[in-house]
Parts: sequence; C-alpha cells; structure tokens
Amino acid sequence: MEKKRIYFDHAATTPVRREALEKMLPYFSEVFGNANSQHMFGRDAVKAVDEARDTVARIINAKPSEIYFTSGGTESDNWALRGTAHARRDKGRHLIVSSIEHPAMIATAKQLEKDGFDVTYLPVDETGTVSPESVRNAIRDDTVFIGVMTANNEVGTIQPVKEIAAIAKEKKITMFTDAVQAAGVLKLDVKELGVDMMSFSGHKFYGPKGVGVLYVKSGVKIDPVMTGGHQERMKRGGTTNVPAIVGMAEAFRLADEEREKNAAYVTALRDRFIAGVEARIPDVKLNGHRVNRLPANADFSFRYIEGESILFHLDLAGIAVSSGSACSSGSLEPSHVLLAMGVPEETAHGSIRFTFGTDNTAEEVDYAVDVLAETVKKLRAMSPLFKQFEGEKQYV
Amino acid sequence: MYNEKVMKVFQNPKNVGEVENYDAIGTVGNASCGDIMQITLKIDNDVITDAKFKTFGCAAAIATSSTATEMIKGKTLDDALKITNRQVVEELEGLPPQKLHCSVLAEEAIRAAIEDYRKKQGA
Ligand SMILES: Cc1ncc(COP(=O)(O)O)c(C=O)c1O
Ligand code: FES
Repeated sequence: MEKKRIYFDHAATTPVRREALEKMLPYFSEVFGNANSQHMFGRDAVKAVDEARDTVARIINAKPSEIYFTSGGTESDNWALRGTAHARRDKGRHLIVSSIEHPAMIATAKQLEKDGFDVTYLPVDETGTVSPESVRNAIRDDTVFIGVMTANNEVGTIQPVKEIAAIAKEKKITMFTDAVQAAGVLKLDVKELGVDMMSFSGHKFYGPKGVGVLYVKSGVKIDPVMTGGHQERMKRGGTTNVPAIVGMAEAFRLADEEREKNAAYVTALRDRFIAGVEARIPDVKLNGHRVNRLPANADFSFRYIEGESILFHLDLAGIAVSSGSACSSGSLEPSHVLLAMGVPEETAHGSIRFTFGTDNTAEEVDYAVDVLAETVKKLRAMSPLFKQFEGEKQYV
Repeated sequence: MYNEKVMKVFQNPKNVGEVENYDAIGTVGNASCGDIMQITLKIDNDVITDAKFKTFGCAAAIATSSTATEMIKGKTLDDALKITNRQVVEELEGLPPQKLHCSVLAEEAIRAAIEDYRKKQGA
C-alpha cells in the first residue's frame, strides 16, 4: 500500500501555490535588481514591488503607502507592538494584549515589561473570545496600545475586533490586530474594522514563507524596529525580498478571488470531520467557538490521553497534525491559549489541532476519523485516567 | 525526533494494562509536564513475575514504560531497584534531551510499587 501523506496542519503553513511560484521565479535570477538601486535593474524590481503593494492595499482597502513589507508575521507583530510602545512612550507606558495572542506578541510584551512597560493580558471566555467590555475595563489614562488578534491560531476563534477597535478609537489608543490566521480566509477591510495596524504572513495563504505585511494607517505613529537602510520609506531596513513579495501578493490576490468558494469547501470538510469525531469518539471536547471559528479549524481535546502520543500515531498513519500538549511544547507547558480559556491542564494535554486546506478531500477526512477513533481507543486502554466504564460500547 | 527503536516500542508497547490480583502498585506523576504512570507487579518470593503499566504521557513516556517493565520482569526486588532511568534510555538507544525526564517517571513508578509492596509486607 502506498504510504499516505495527509496534511491537516494548514494553520502551521501551506504549500506555495503554483501560480504564485511561477510568478516569483523570474525575480530570482532574471529580474534580480536591488529595489533600492537607481538604475534600470533596480527600477524593474521596484515596479514588481509596487504592483504587489497595490494589490495587497486594494484587497484590505488601504493605501499602498500604508503597506510595509516585512519578513513575516513574527516581525510584523514585533514591530507593531514594540514600535508603538517606543513611538508613544511619552504619552504612556501601558499596553494591552489578549492572553491568547501568538508568541510573537506575548514574548514581545514580556520583553517590554522588562524594559519598564506595563502590560495587561486580557482574559478570554471558555470559547476563547475577548470581550470588548474587558478591553474597556483594562484601559488606563496611559494606555497606548491594544492588540487583539483577528482569529486565534490554535482554536480558531474569531474575535470582535471591530467592537474593540471602536473603543480604542474613542480613547485614542493605537489598535492593532494580528490577522495572520485570518488573511486570505476572512474578508479584511481595515476601514470597516477600524484598526490602525494589521499584520499578516504569506505562508498561511499558499504564498512563500519569510515574507509578511504590516499595515500602518497613515498618521499613526510607529518607530522602526528593523533599523537599517532606506527601504520601506525609511521605516523598515533590509534589502527588499522581491520574489517573496511578488509571490505573496499573487497568492493573496488569488485567495481573495476564491475566498468564498474556498471557505465553503474547507468548512464542509471541517464540519464533516467534527461530526465524525463527535459521533465516533466519546469524551471529546471541541475547543473554541462552534460558530465564530475559522473555516479550516477543528481543535479537539481527547480526554484521558496525551496529545503527543496521538500526534505520533496519526503521523505513523500518514496524517500530519499539531498538538497543544505540554509534552510536545518544548517548554513542557500546555497551550497558553487553552489554559486561558479555562481548559483544565489534563484536558489541554490531550488537544490536537486539525486545520484543513483546499488540497484536502472528504476521503482524507473519513480516513482520519477512522484512524483517530482507533488511536484514541488504543491510548485510552493504556491510560491510568481512563475508567473503562461504558467506553467499549460507545466506540462504533 | 525519536529514533526508530523508540518509535517501534511506542507503536507496539509491551505489558500494557494492569496485572490481575497485583501484589504491588505504584503511581507517580511527572511534575514537569503533568503526566502520570502506574505500574502494577506480581511478586513471588521477592521476584517480579509480572509487570504491567498504564501511562498518560508522550511517546517517550510510553516507550520507557514498556521497556522498564520488560527489564524488571524476572528480577529480584533488589535488582529491580538498581535499574536506573539511564539504563532504560540506553535500552531504547537514546531519547531527545528534552524527553529524558519522561524516563525518570518509569524509574520512580517502579520504586513506588516496590515500596508499596514492602510496606504491605512489613505491616
Ligand atoms: C496568529 C499568528 N501570528 C503570527 C504568526 C507568525 O508568523 P510567521 O510564521 O510568518 O512569523 C503566526 C504563525 O505561526 C500566527 O499563527
Ligand atoms: S511524558 Fe510529558 S514530555 Fe514525556
């Protein structure tokens, strides 16, 4: 039998789609100029980058001059938070971020705390949602930054960014949203959302890795973090990564064009998967919000068993997923997102994230449900926490 | 990240479950990641005649549980107590450094089970 290779980890990264790859290729060797050079080689490169900037700006309803290219989501998040903290430090030293932000935000906030800034980490409810009311309550006279992600990368919960941005605007606080998981999936209109800054990353929507965007509304203060040359209107140093930018813009354009079709496709896969798991496996919990969740995300806790061992059993069966278990985290801490949602440590331990893509099929989903039911049964049989009780008859 | 041997043992662990009418039981928790291991033993004349485990933990924890229970079968209690987590890891041809703590769980569970037995005997 041919070894299966089923990829259910699209929130981690996606393959570069063919159209984007083809569009990138000439910019490695033929049109290789430094976009900062004044000669014709440079001008050719600038032309490609300008086009990419226009495309990205149009899709999120921004001006091209508000789009900054970066090395990815991590850099954009770092820049937004640190760059605002420094630019607005005379006004205040208080920053607000949600407790379920990506480590790119949390680790940056922690570092800023060491540098003398105060940070409030907003709680979330059991669905992983930040309440606008909690934002309002956290605001102080010296608050200069609010960062709440558009959608969470682990449990897929979509946040009330628009409502939170309205509060930020009223209080003249810079509002940032990390849209890394939402870009290319949800309709993102910076004006409608009312945000001052937004980050996203090419590799989450079938573009290349190592390239991203920070949108900064004109007039909003931000200090450079990547200091260097004159690139990106003196705001972000570093020789422009022309092929990656071209590829990201093309992938973003196509994702936008196909948005509704693709969302419907992956939502159907996800719902088939959720229904299959809930029908076949007792004692599971869908983490996150049932309705306000990313189309591609299904995050489950399988009680009494540990995520890394589930992950490896699936891997051996040719299914690639990721886990929020302490054992697979490197830091030996369970997912900070699940803990913030009040999921008990033991349950967080058995959590697995499945994220679907346009390259997946219903057959793959059905196969995965079968393998998963087997795996969970096998691991529970060796779990000291699992009482056999009616377990047997509930597996079908 | 795991070597072939570890993955092989993880896929087909030996001695899973609970020894019927066990003479000793040891349950320990792993402070670092929250995992739990239970070992049950059948003991005859101070010799371990059967050993089984139940583990709530990662692939390394499952593999070391299986290997450790294999290693203590047929041994006297004193010899079983001499088995260290390092020996279990050697038997598995190594574990990633961040997974060494999982092997300690097996050693501790064996110790706890034997202590349990000796306490019961002494009482
Ligand atoms: C929500 C979120 N923010 C930031 C990042 C970091 O993006 P990048 O991988 O481009 O650095 C990721 C992806 O890992 C993410 O999911
Ligand atoms: S048992 Fe948790 S890391 Fe191995």
